[in-house]
Amino acid sequence: MTDAILNAGTVAFQADGSTGARKGVQVNRLDGGLIKGSKALTFTFDGKRYKGFEGDTLASALLANGVRLMGRSFKYHRPRGVLTSGSEEPNALVELRSGGRQEPNTRATTAELYDGLEANSQNRWPSLKHDFMAVNDRFSNFLTAGFYYKTFMWPAAFWEKIYEPIIRKAAGLGSISFEDDPDAYDKGFLHCDLLVIGSGPSGLMAALTAGRAGAQVIIADEDFLLGGRLNAETFGINDLTGSAWVEQVQAELAALPNVRVMPRTSIIGAFDHGIYGAVERVADHVLAPEAGKPRQILWRIYSKRALLAAGATERPIAFENNDRPGVMLAGAVRAYANRWAVTPDQSVAVFTNNDDGHRTAADLIAKGVKVTAVIDTRPDAPKVDGAELFAGAQVIDTQGRLGLETVRLRLANGATRDVPCGALAVSGGWNPNVHLTCHQRGRPAWREDIAAFVPAGTLPQNMSVAGAANGDFSTAAALRAGAEGAVAALSDLGIDAKAADLPAAEDAPVNVTPFWYVKEGKGRAWLDQQNDVTVKDVKLAHQENFRSVEHLKRYTTLGMATDQGKTSNMGGLAIMAELAGKQIPEVGTTMFRPPYTPVSFGVMAGRSVGEEFRPTRKTPSHKWAEEQGAEFVEVGQWLRAQWFPKAGETHWRQSVDREVLQTRNSVGICDVTTLGKIDVQGKDAAAFLNKMYANAFAKLPVGKVRYGLMLREDGIAYDDGTAARFAEDHFVVTTTTANAVLVYRNMEFARQCLFPDMDVQLISTTEAWAQFAVAGPNARKLLQKVVDPEFDISNEGFPFMACGEITVAGGCRARLFRISFSGELAYEIAVPTRYGDALLRKLMEAGEEFGAVPYGTEALGVMRIEKGHAAGNELNGTTSALNLGMGRMVSKKKDCIGNTLSEREGMNREDALKLVGFKPVNAADPVPAGSHLMNADGEVSAATDQGYITSAAYSPVLGCAIGIGFLKRGDARLGEVIRAVNPLEGKEVQVEVVSAHFVDPEGERLRG
Amino acid sequence: MIINHPILGPRDSQEFTYLGDAALIDRPDWQAENAADQFHDYLYLRDNPAGEHRELWFHEQGDRSWLVVTRNTVTHEILTVELARDVARARGRSK
Repeated sequence: MTDAILNAGTVAFQADGSTGARKGVQVNRLDGGLIKGSKALTFTFDGKRYKGFEGDTLASALLANGVRLMGRSFKYHRPRGVLTSGSEEPNALVELRSGGRQEPNTRATTAELYDGLEANSQNRWPSLKHDFMAVNDRFSNFLTAGFYYKTFMWPAAFWEKIYEPIIRKAAGLGSISFEDDPDAYDKGFLHCDLLVIGSGPSGLMAALTAGRAGAQVIIADEDFLLGGRLNAETFGINDLTGSAWVEQVQAELAALPNVRVMPRTSIIGAFDHGIYGAVERVADHVLAPEAGKPRQILWRIYSKRALLAAGATERPIAFENNDRPGVMLAGAVRAYANRWAVTPDQSVAVFTNNDDGHRTAADLIAKGVKVTAVIDTRPDAPKVDGAELFAGAQVIDTQGRLGLETVRLRLANGATRDVPCGALAVSGGWNPNVHLTCHQRGRPAWREDIAAFVPAGTLPQNMSVAGAANGDFSTAAALRAGAEGAVAALSDLGIDAKAADLPAAEDAPVNVTPFWYVKEGKGRAWLDQQNDVTVKDVKLAHQENFRSVEHLKRYTTLGMATDQGKTSNMGGLAIMAELAGKQIPEVGTTMFRPPYTPVSFGVMAGRSVGEEFRPTRKTPSHKWAEEQGAEFVEVGQWLRAQWFPKAGETHWRQSVDREVLQTRNSVGICDVTTLGKIDVQGKDAAAFLNKMYANAFAKLPVGKVRYGLMLREDGIAYDDGTAARFAEDHFVVTTTTANAVLVYRNMEFARQCLFPDMDVQLISTTEAWAQFAVAGPNARKLLQKVVDPEFDISNEGFPFMACGEITVAGGCRARLFRISFSGELAYEIAVPTRYGDALLRKLMEAGEEFGAVPYGTEALGVMRIEKGHAAGNELNGTTSALNLGMGRMVSKKKDCIGNTLSEREGMNREDALKLVGFKPVNAADPVPAGSHLMNADGEVSAATDQGYITSAAYSPVLGCAIGIGFLKRGDARLGEVIRAVNPLEGKEVQVEVVSAHFVDPEGERLRG
Repeated sequence: MIINHPILGPRDSQEFTYLGDAALIDRPDWQAENAADQFHDYLYLRDNPAGEHRELWFHEQGDRSWLVVTRNTVTHEILTVELARDVARARGRSK
């Protein structure tokens, strides 16, 4: 926060010396206020240039310039002006900035003015003053509550082509630029003993009390000035003005290292266990964020105790045509006058049902603004100095085009009277801001004496409430509650705090007679201006039996959208209570949910956008692969080489076919580091793996590898891999790339929760080892050039499924596995990750004489389909070992995860799906993966479905497309010709059922 | 939520992976006469109480302990946190 703004209160505008110069064209600018009158700022609204001052909001600056019309309403496109002076604003929503920084639906009342600010009105065409869609207002009879549900119903065929596009175009308020946001958003974590939410009199006293006691304190306020209503009122504290007292407290807090003061920070939600979400607007008040600074930060605040001192929100009174620009809340008019030195017009009337409204009249009169009438619904209204009082009177209508010109009164004696005024300050009383108290299970309770809901029920853990948020509306009561609240909260934590001395302040009682809406008049009286919900709509909802508050909300849209009905909900439910003949507390409130105020998507995403959306894992050969010009593919978080194009290759199939053929004819190398690796050690390691895998592992000899299939407890196969036994008590397990995390988690579950006394330890070593497959008839010859000579890797010394710890390249520690996914004579060789790049370069160099090729995931996939090996497409969460043709592997002689339930009848049907291969009858035809299988003749339907193709590829070895998949009784149907159909695209191919082992079905190559 | 890990102290629930009912510790004996029925019940029949619930959480972004967390599903109050291994042993599990 800049010192300039903090000090604005004392600097005031006198620095510039001249009222005339200050006013300029700011026709409604008054004297005084907390703006910095020496510093004029230029901004634009709908392209027109205006001047304002440091300390202004966009709304106060527009009002100062005589601009009352700021937007168009959502449904009827009625001209609207600003209603409030804070974050509860329903009307004055604008698009701020332009290009990538354009932000729709920002409230002019909270947008801090800066030099060069660019704002545009929304929901109007061609201009704010002449809005074509205002025609909706003429058809308002058709657009009442529930019109969504009653209209656009017939004919059904109209929905997609006609109704929906029209509704989509009309819906929503602001627009976005579709350009990337150039700014950064951060996330952060904070911890404190006491979180103080709000910096009005309660909040400041609490922070002061807790800060002096040495507690870790965070005090947050959504405003850029601390002080809350103290900045908006004229009454003092001790012998200081409210704002001067705020500055004094703020200076003391700033000097306490244990207190963190966070202006421009909205607490958006109260979550479990004392955790709060907060959005800090770091750079929304400047033209662009400083280099390296984020625009906003989403904080997660871990608090031991929290004190909600969020103040209260004024509520309007509904009457006919109460939505004209110039009709505002009385407290807001007062705030504009006292804090921003602005009046919405030179003549203002006041309409109130309580004493607080009279303060607005008094403050405006003191500022030299003409108050044309004070209309008080109470016959016993207090006297007013300097303005005409109409006690027991009501405002029954308003006139004025694009802005208020006169109000019509029904006087106590039944006569009518027209009063000229450019603004009407309305007060229907104040609602405590209970929102955060309800984010867990709190439900507010009605307090008759102040005619408002106050926090009640079970508040979020360790939260207490003070001040106006708790229904203590006087300044003195708020100060006291803040100090006492802090003492109590800290005492819970064992911190002895002394309440700060209570300064002298006003202690006026609340004097309000509930008055929700004026009954007279046939026109529309607005409750929710943001959603265009009127008193009539609530009556209609009641008439159509949508009477619970939650139904009322959804049927009429009352209280939805960006303001969440902060100024409108209370009126709506009071009217519903009246219609239903109930008391207000019986009707209750709708649920309050986070966020308290709108939150931008940008700050929710934080840094997790674009490439940073999730981590990118690169294989040890990534750099080398880049040098080769490899194409990469995302596999989970990994980037893997997909193929390695060579000069002259114009289609990926050329590269892949070459890689496959060269591997099968000579030798190819592939980075397989991404497979999960789990190190399993301990006396019971073998017994443990015997539980994990469906097939037997206990008797696997040291120095051998075995293929293993893992089942879920329900008997469905979910992962496969190998386990290599390096010692009696040491195995290295591999998993599929996709399931590396899940398999490890499940193994830890079994180890800790099912077999807690087994002597076995697990470590994930996926990132610790770089691993390469070396496959093809020349694989051994190539490896013999790299593996140190003391290790015998001949077919006799190191046969198929052998494993061992070796060294390469003159002493580098390595592991060698003779396993084959490609079906060729193949090895996988692993070295510590940091040597991966060097090993690959050495392998490629050694392979030069054999024409060794690197191959990517595509060639890997082609070769595994040619061999009929199952992968993710086959282990798809619906298939069992039986389906995969591995039924006999599932041991019935031992306990393992999934074996009991794999024996269920339904999973062992006589017509079970079996994994088989498919070749097109016409060799030129494709075999489309995903096709469903149908008998050669007969209908194509779900009922006649015979199975489906899971994986397909072009086999360069066979010279045609091939596929593997699941076919009912497939293993007994080899040679049969069936149909692979794709009814969505109307395609059908004749295929022959064959063994899934297209290449080397006897497995001679891999044993050679 | 904050989970008070028996070894590591209070940790944010974001560090954990949730599994579900701690009854999953009570895996049936595969050699029992009605093993298939028992496994069926073990796998598919879980209580979903509104109130106190013993459930399994895995400290995946931490020390990889499985924990049994007794949590009130209505209030999210966490009553006890135990190492699942200790719970499993206490419930008679061994090898």
